[in-house]
Amino acid sequence: MTTLTPKSLPASGLGTMAAGQLSFVGHALPWAIAVVFFFVAGGYLSFGTQVLIWILFALSLDLALGYAGIVTLGQAAFFGLGAYAAGLFAIHASSDPVVGHLVAVGVTALFGFVTGALILHTTGVTFLMLTLAIVSIMFEYANQATKLTGGDDGLQGINVAPLLGVFEFSIFGQTAYVYALVVLFFWFVFSWRVVNSPFGRSLDGIRQKPARMRAIGTPVWRRLLAIYTLSAAMAGSAGALSAHSTSFVGLSVLSLVTSGVVAVILILGGIRRLYGAFVGATIYLLVQDWSAKVSPYFWEFIVGLMLIATVLFLEGGLMDLGRVGRNFLNRIRNRADVK
Amino acid sequence: MLSFALTILLDGISYGMVLFIISVGLTVTMGLMRVINLAHGAFAMIGGYVAGYLTQHGFEFYLALVLATLVSGFLGGLCEMTVIRPLYRKGELAQVLLTIGIVFVVTALITEIFGAFPYRVEFPTYLTQPVDIGFRTYPAYRLFLILVGGLIALILWLLIEGSLYGAKLRAAVDNAGMARAVGMNVNLLFTATFIIGTAFAGLGGAIGSGILSLEPSYALKYVVLFLVVVIVGGEGSFKGSFVAAMALGIIDTTGKYFVAAAAPYLLYGAVFVLLLWRPQGILPPKSLA
Repeated sequence: MTTLTPKSLPASGLGTMAAGQLSFVGHALPWAIAVVFFFVAGGYLSFGTQVLIWILFALSLDLALGYAGIVTLGQAAFFGLGAYAAGLFAIHASSDPVVGHLVAVGVTALFGFVTGALILHTTGVTFLMLTLAIVSIMFEYANQATKLTGGDDGLQGINVAPLLGVFEFSIFGQTAYVYALVVLFFWFVFSWRVVNSPFGRSLDGIRQKPARMRAIGTPVWRRLLAIYTLSAAMAGSAGALSAHSTSFVGLSVLSLVTSGVVAVILILGGIRRLYGAFVGATIYLLVQDWSAKVSPYFWEFIVGLMLIATVLFLEGGLMDLGRVGRNFLNRIRNRADVK
Repeated sequence: MLSFALTILLDGISYGMVLFIISVGLTVTMGLMRVINLAHGAFAMIGGYVAGYLTQHGFEFYLALVLATLVSGFLGGLCEMTVIRPLYRKGELAQVLLTIGIVFVVTALITEIFGAFPYRVEFPTYLTQPVDIGFRTYPAYRLFLILVGGLIALILWLLIEGSLYGAKLRAAVDNAGMARAVGMNVNLLFTATFIIGTAFAGLGGAIGSGILSLEPSYALKYVVLFLVVVIVGGEGSFKGSFVAAMALGIIDTTGKYFVAAAAPYLLYGAVFVLLLWRPQGILPPKSLA
């Protein structure tokens, strides 16, 4: 006689539980790696900075898409806007990176708030199309306003003053790396607090059943708008980091491919667990780096295959590999027992 | 003045016809199967490249078109049976990501095989010349597009309205569960529809390559346009997507004539406003018609 206890049910709400139970070691590990990397990286430090930037970008998507269930392909709009805002501010107003960063975050947050307020009452495909339309309009604008943005050649001549007036952005990229790591850490702690707050729990509910959340009195639209704005600000922050660390903004930051890649990173790593972005960005950029050496187009092929395989076989992303593997072993073991 | 307006209208309609031929399959698959298929442009691109390769290597134009249509349809069917079918039960996110994955794979393969540069389909000489249409001479190619597009619209309309296949399709749109219960093979119906849709995309990609030029970024660049046609027309609405394709063709062409610099915003801006105003599209279908 078996009784059905909650324990014997398959774990629903993938990730949130596991993330909540992460031990101290689990928390410390990625940051320890990031710090150690600084001392051993040598010539790969700039690569490390890129990884940190993409982690932050994917983290921003995890809030909107993972936790709140906002299926968007418009995240590149925020990343691109943040990058252009930071770059233009450095050229035309002040080269101080901290002020420029804050301005870029403010601008993208405002943009996220306004566009979100307009489009968040739609859902599904319509919402998806509206986000695509926003990215496309911004891409076309940046492409044509060559005087402002440099168009296809990208925004060049960004001069960034030393960070806090002391640390210069050198070609070795030490300053850029630490700068990116500190910003990422700040946003991570912030996101962690948000998703584990009552507000974060209400987002979980909204993702699963908006109608019921509405019925129990949750202001669904306002909550979505809040997380969408936060997500925009974080993506803008990642864009600003990108502009400051490379002194360049390419037109491709606003392309649909950028939106696609950030989704790939998040899904590959594992959605709705914050650390998924860390795993995904690292693996993705390593694979991209390696496969681009094989052939300039090979990485796109590999990324495509990774996406298809992840969706079909590994819904929880790479962070879920352990659980999937355990299940697989258990199944084999059970089969052996029967025999 | 009038002849100028007519020229814009013809340009817009021929452009709209290309959009319609490519998107019509997407209308049905998205409306019927509820799959957000971002890879639809990839199948159009495959059709275009197949036709381009064949015509450049001495094949007859119409034979090349037929083969391009068949190859796209075949690959579409293969995709449906292997990777798309598991998606029917999954959410929008899985669908968006997997189909983007297909786009990446196809784009990389096409670049590897044909190079990153634009690729040409060789049209027969009588299509590349202008013909006299009374008030002015006009490219024969664009008239050809209008003819083919009109013909396809008519055939599809007859097929969906008049045939048993159409009746089954409409039944499955309205209630897939009930359709299964009365013994229809809905899976087979879905595969067949997917094949037809991707085959039309391939045909459209091939004959439309004079307007939507072939290059590896085609699949991602134009898929937004195809999706716009479907969403603006109303998912699953055959008439709606025809109207939407024509409207988009005319808006975009008019924009390019008068305010060339603002044309892209005009198009996406129009889509943006329209979707905010009518989130279900212009002609939301009560049933597939």
